[in-house]
Amino acid sequence: MDLLILSIIVLIYLFMVGYVGYVAWKRTKSADEYMVAGRKTNPYIMALSYGATFISTAAIVGFGGTAGVYGMGLLWLTFLNILVGIFIAFVFFGKRTRKMGHNLSALTFPEFLSRRFNSKFIQYFSGAVIFLGMPLYASVVLIGMARFVETTLNLDYNFALISMAVIVAVYVIFGGIRGVMYTDALQGTIMFFGMLFLLVFTYWILGGVIDANQALTNLVNIIPQSATAKATATGFTGWTSMPSLGSPFWWTLVSTLILGVGIGVLAQPQLVVRFMTVKSNRELNRAVLIGGVFITLMTGTAFIVGALSNLYFFETAGKIAVQVVQGNADKIIPAFIGTAMPLWFAYLFMITLLSAAMSTLSSQFHVQGTALGRDIYETVANKKGGSSVMIARVGIAIAVLIAVILGFILPANIIAVGTAMWFSITAAAFLSMYAFAVYWKRATKMGAIAGLVTGSVLSLFWILFGYQKSAVALGICKALTGKAVILTSAPWPTVDPLIIGLPIALVVTVVVSLLTTPPPKEHLDQCFKGV
Amino acid sequence: MVLGINDPWIWSAYIGCILAMLLCVVYGVVNWNKGGEDEEEQIKEEIEWHKKEKEMEEKELGLWDEEG
Repeated sequence: MDLLILSIIVLIYLFMVGYVGYVAWKRTKSADEYMVAGRKTNPYIMALSYGATFISTAAIVGFGGTAGVYGMGLLWLTFLNILVGIFIAFVFFGKRTRKMGHNLSALTFPEFLSRRFNSKFIQYFSGAVIFLGMPLYASVVLIGMARFVETTLNLDYNFALISMAVIVAVYVIFGGIRGVMYTDALQGTIMFFGMLFLLVFTYWILGGVIDANQALTNLVNIIPQSATAKATATGFTGWTSMPSLGSPFWWTLVSTLILGVGIGVLAQPQLVVRFMTVKSNRELNRAVLIGGVFITLMTGTAFIVGALSNLYFFETAGKIAVQVVQGNADKIIPAFIGTAMPLWFAYLFMITLLSAAMSTLSSQFHVQGTALGRDIYETVANKKGGSSVMIARVGIAIAVLIAVILGFILPANIIAVGTAMWFSITAAAFLSMYAFAVYWKRATKMGAIAGLVTGSVLSLFWILFGYQKSAVALGICKALTGKAVILTSAPWPTVDPLIIGLPIALVVTVVVSLLTTPPPKEHLDQCFKGV
Repeated sequence: MVLGINDPWIWSAYIGCILAMLLCVVYGVVNWNKGGEDEEEQIKEEIEWHKKEKEMEEKELGLWDEEG
């Protein structure tokens, strides 16, 4: 650790954040009456703050590290991130969600769904799914931060985790819970250039794009077979080739990492709410361009560099990436940046990742607070405004606490899988209902409820009893049935909860909707006004 | 072999990412000035929404939101 360089970089960074915060604060003051002209914010700010919330430390550290194990096949996730997470989300969901959300005065994602289908049950049930499921996602973001600090500053992991938790708690208590969009956009900008530098520098030290890829392709034949024996036994074939079709390795890569996160992004509560803060369709159109380039560079770089780190570590240390980090893929990206990149870059990257994690965490805690306060407590107790402050605060405190406790007890190699689990749960529970909410007028309240309950229960059941990674870690299936998972024959233990939950939820929503009375025309007219 | 990669499933993902990014760029450029026809109206709606959200944050979360 070089304290001088670290201090200089921290100071410069704090100065920039302070300056941007000051500019935003001045603008807010002068636009306190919400002058119409003052609201025309830049699409750049919108796209980058969306991007900074979407792509967090979990994506870069967790999935980048996973690419060190699974290879460039993970680029299919980048492909889906751009096509589904940006293009389809903005063009086909964003515009309708914004208009409908405004028509219905919905402030949270569960509230949006509940008002669209005229059902309070949807609001508190969805609130409960979010409140119970999100700590897992928050905790893997926290773990990502702590792993980076551990490796870059050479600190003990537990110490790093506690420090990060304290910083997050202080930020949440004193800073106002939600990151300012301008600060998010600044982080997004630094991350953008940081990732660009990382990509170019990595290809440069490895001899250029084609040579580096070629060498990585050949690497699997050069390394001792023992290095990849375990992975090969489950379907691994190399870092630039897909795993054997239908093998456990293939199922994890395709169903959990690529589809789970690639599709699940559409039903992320903290991202859906962002559409309602967008000013116009024009702003969304422009944000497609900026968001598309941003996401390509962020996830594309993380996955390419993660895969190529094997080549770097083999050339410099004679080992593959996962051996360098003693089997914990969560440490591959920190280790690569710490050894291959200049020191100033490692520090700058660390600071950016930390602040990106803060903005993701704060919007997660914000969503959890409103889920407990507004969506669950107020809806169930039938009280409006004011009375839920205490509940929301307690909810946030519990959320932070659970995230920290999970940070200590979750096993290694957890960031990508934990993120994917959360995305799978939200997709199975919400996606069919959400897609029909904005596109299918015939969808009914009972159809939506049936789909929501089916998707949530099935995905939860599969996490506890069917999906090996989670079922074994939780141990509930073992305790009740004596077996680690209920279906032991391949490929079931490696089939993601999303693959089980989403299609069934979709069919159930359609069938029940067609069997029940269509919603009243006046209600639909109000929802779809101007859509 | 494309870009030093043998497996068509991998290099097509590599190329696919670039094409998907280009789709976003072209869409953004083509529609750069579209969708803003009733912007004044849309901004008013958004302000109403934002006021309610602010109210929720102050009354229900006990926070103040500095983003304007």
